[in-house]
Amino acid sequence: MKCSTEAVALMHKYLDDELTKDEEKTLRDHLHKCERCQKHFHELKRTIAMVQSTNQVQAPQGFAQNVMQNLPSEKKSYSYKRWFKSHPMLTAAAIFFILMFGSVFSMWNQDQHLSVSKQKDIIIQDNTVIVPEGKTVEGDLVVKNGNLRIDGKVNGDVVLINGDNLKASAGEVTGDLSQVNQVFDWIWYKMKTTVKDVFSMKEEK
Amino acid sequence: MDLFIKEKIKKVKKGDQSAFEEVVTFYQNKVYQICFRMLGNAHEAEDIAQEAFVRAYTNIHSFDENRKFSTWLYRIATNLSIDRIRKKKPDYFLDAEVKGTEGLTMYSQISADQALPEEEVESLELQEYIHKEILSLPAKYRSVIVLRYIDELSLQEISDILDIPVGTVKTRIHRGREALRKKLRHV
Repeated sequence: MKCSTEAVALMHKYLDDELTKDEEKTLRDHLHKCERCQKHFHELKRTIAMVQSTNQVQAPQGFAQNVMQNLPSEKKSYSYKRWFKSHPMLTAAAIFFILMFGSVFSMWNQDQHLSVSKQKDIIIQDNTVIVPEGKTVEGDLVVKNGNLRIDGKVNGDVVLINGDNLKASAGEVTGDLSQVNQVFDWIWYKMKTTVKDVFSMKEEK
Repeated sequence: MDLFIKEKIKKVKKGDQSAFEEVVTFYQNKVYQICFRMLGNAHEAEDIAQEAFVRAYTNIHSFDENRKFSTWLYRIATNLSIDRIRKKKPDYFLDAEVKGTEGLTMYSQISADQALPEEEVESLELQEYIHKEILSLPAKYRSVIVLRYIDELSLQEISDILDIPVGTVKTRIHRGREALRKKLRHV
């Protein structure tokens, strides 16, 4: 066997883990006989060990952050999505408020016709709700998109939404008399009644 | 771990940039190592390693998910390193003396953070020497030696990374080993 070519080729095959059993035996037999090849083989293995012994270097501090800063900006839509994912409670609250205010606003805008809470003894004339003289309305009175004239008596609260109170002095209201003319008043009123309803429902249970 | 990375890559493909940070954190040392051994200079290595990740991000859609992400990423890193070697002037190696500081090299500046015991200094000197000898190999041998023995990759993976046949990888490793043997046998 020629040392320079065949044996060295076998050595490299050995280092690549690709020797067959026969080749391994051939190489081993040769190394026993040939001192020069033994030395060569030893040097090769030592070289590899030395290369492998070099310290594993580590990326500098803040490397990942620097990379992130150098990336082209991502699609906007995704950053919103991620924000929503990481703040589920806030997202739920935001959606709730959007829907709530949305419905309240649309109710405010759509409801342009006159409406009155159903009670006996109430007269509706044109755009005016009249509580006639000498009559008593039991319970709360709610008038929406219309004016109210109280000549008689209301045994409860009076709420006027988007309308004027005409001559209330002539009549008598045992509860509160409140007027709602602005969207925000309306929202506030809605919220108050919703909360009240919720609590009264609980009490009923 | 492969599954973890696969999930992250999927997210990145959908446009989630933050998922990429975990990918970077996971591979940063490996990629930096390749660049450092190829280029021999901490500053340049950081530069190229950064660019490799940025390229990986911008080209993520061309990555085939059925293949190994590491192979694809290392390929970008080695190619960028080889490009840089071709372009760069051989003026500042780590072992080049820093001006006005006799005997002080960039390498010693890097590792001068803490005082080292004597045997560690010795082994550091030896490592510097080995590092320098690896750097003195021609780029095509250097890349296979680095990938094979420092990153401990298989011949097949190296063939995928460098996009050359396994047979060529073997030939280059053989020649690289022989060249290094001649340089290091007297140490």
